[in-house]
Amino acid sequence: MDDQTPPNPPSPPAPAGAEAAEVAIRLRGITNRFGPQVIHEDLDLDVYRGEILGVVGASGSGKSVLLRTIIGLQQPAAGSVEIFGRDRLTLNADEEHTARRNWGVLFQDGALFSSLTVAQNIQVPLREYFDLSQDLLDQIASYKLAMVGLSPEAGPKYPSELSGGMRKRAGLARALALDPEILLLDEPTAGLDPIGAANFDQLLADLSRALELTVFLVTHDLDTLHTVCDRVAVLAERRVLAVGTLAELLQFDHPWVRDYFRGPRARAAGITIP
Amino acid sequence: MDSPAPNSQQTPWVRVHMGAAALGLEVGGDWTVDTANTLERLLADVRPGTQDRVEADLSAVTAMDTVGAWLLHRTGQRLSASGLSVDATGLSPRYRALLDQVQRNDRTCEVAPPEGNAFVRLLEEIGVGTVNALTTFGQFLSFLGLVMVRFASVPLHPRRLRINALVHQMEMVGLRATPIVALIVFLIGAVVVNQGAIQLRQFGAEVMVVNLLAISVLRELGPMLAAIMVAGRSGSAFTAQIGSMVLREEVDAMRTLGLNPIDVLVLPRMLALGIMLPLLTFLADLLGLLGGMILGWATLGITPAIFMTQLLEAVSLRTLAVGLIKAPFFAVIIATSGCFYGMTVGGSADSVGRNTTAAVVQSIFMVIVLDALFALFFSAIGWS
Repeated sequence: MDDQTPPNPPSPPAPAGAEAAEVAIRLRGITNRFGPQVIHEDLDLDVYRGEILGVVGASGSGKSVLLRTIIGLQQPAAGSVEIFGRDRLTLNADEEHTARRNWGVLFQDGALFSSLTVAQNIQVPLREYFDLSQDLLDQIASYKLAMVGLSPEAGPKYPSELSGGMRKRAGLARALALDPEILLLDEPTAGLDPIGAANFDQLLADLSRALELTVFLVTHDLDTLHTVCDRVAVLAERRVLAVGTLAELLQFDHPWVRDYFRGPRARAAGITIP
Repeated sequence: MDSPAPNSQQTPWVRVHMGAAALGLEVGGDWTVDTANTLERLLADVRPGTQDRVEADLSAVTAMDTVGAWLLHRTGQRLSASGLSVDATGLSPRYRALLDQVQRNDRTCEVAPPEGNAFVRLLEEIGVGTVNALTTFGQFLSFLGLVMVRFASVPLHPRRLRINALVHQMEMVGLRATPIVALIVFLIGAVVVNQGAIQLRQFGAEVMVVNLLAISVLRELGPMLAAIMVAGRSGSAFTAQIGSMVLREEVDAMRTLGLNPIDVLVLPRMLALGIMLPLLTFLADLLGLLGGMILGWATLGITPAIFMTQLLEAVSLRTLAVGLIKAPFFAVIIATSGCFYGMTVGGSADSVGRNTTAAVVQSIFMVIVLDALFALFFSAIGWS
């Protein structure tokens, strides 16, 4: 790593189709630091409308911090976050409230409100933003639950009565409650068994196609990267080291990227060097 | 105001043509969650007459999300349920896919657990409450027993006593509680003198206020107020600390590493309270007398010299002892409740809050009950 300077990241290729080239999330010059510790420095990243972008990186490389920066839970020390061309950091409180509708977030363990049932959890954002009839609210909760593959029995249950996989699905249903255009997910398959994780991947792929979602996906799961992600961004050395399709990243010459995508686990996930 | 309007929103509309054989339905505009409220009203007005089929033209729909698709689907279902054949045309393929997605997921689920009959629920709650109270009481006793056994074995196994944790807890529950306990008792002492003087003045026995103050502070107020403050401050902290450790499986981890959670978590806390609560009580006694003395001096003209003379006449060392003897018992109750409710946390973050409340309420209640029992006991043995 000392004797070789990694080449500039391959310029992000626009996915096929002119419409898809529209940028949904544009990060420019993002710097995040906690005290003396610099997490991101001058980080740039584009997420195109309609794609599923996987974000990988070593533990502690700031993947979750980046996600929190996009959704506004973390104020960056410098840089701009544009969502569909509007700088999020310059919005006033009302505009921010409106803008929040445009994205749904799935936190690591679902982050469901423990005092509400699953169906009520899904209704929370709907109640917050709209004045809908109770009938319609109940019906929306029902079909959203079905969309994420939960059985109707899960509706009246409390989050503590659900398994981890079901909680994630319920969290996804809540994230999708307002029909957002952007979905941000923090390690959605962590802690799931391989069958559950594969099902979740499939669900994500289906839903993002059906609802034309733009997905920002923080993950460690090579299977997820392989099966659902259109492009993958590698976070290292406080910036986006490389971004591109999996095939492009496999050609990328950097020790960490090589170890990550060509290790035994990558082979097991069916990622092969062409 | 509360429905944020994105740029260029199209108002949805529904037109109905009542034909002889077919009900013509023409819809357009934005069919999204933003307009769902309007749409629901518009669609409720679509009532078929004598027609036997519906011809819907959906080509003017400008935007659709799953909520709009659901409303469309729901209306279709309703019309076909009343015997009409529904024929929809003109929906763009994109929205057609959305409609299919919603159609596939048409299921009904309950939103909240069934509530049942109110009377049955009341009976059930009483029953469950009684059983819970009894089991909790049993668990509490067995926990107390377990702690006593571990405590009794400390002299044989001195290593079970964690000195660092003990000192740390002594600082947290004792040293850091001094300002608030001192302030409260100081004020209460002043109030007792103030109110007592008003009553005693009628008998010309204002100086007897010192007796009133000394007896009530040394015997009851000092120990009780210190115990109640500590129950609210440290009992709740014990439950919350241990409870969140249980939730994060730290307590399970201790067990698997061969550490006994009673030794590590409960004994230091109980011992720390056992040492510090009597000290806090002594401090409370002093500050209560001081508060009374200062108010007496300032408003009644009872100088400190008179105060001291009267004080020595009113009380003996026994009065002080009666108060201080109670403190370790209060400490055991507070520490046991706090730790017990911490250990029985389970399930959700909710239960930490519930158990914390239970711990504080129970320890304050038991402190007062025990205090009453002590009063009976001391008068029975003639230490009144």
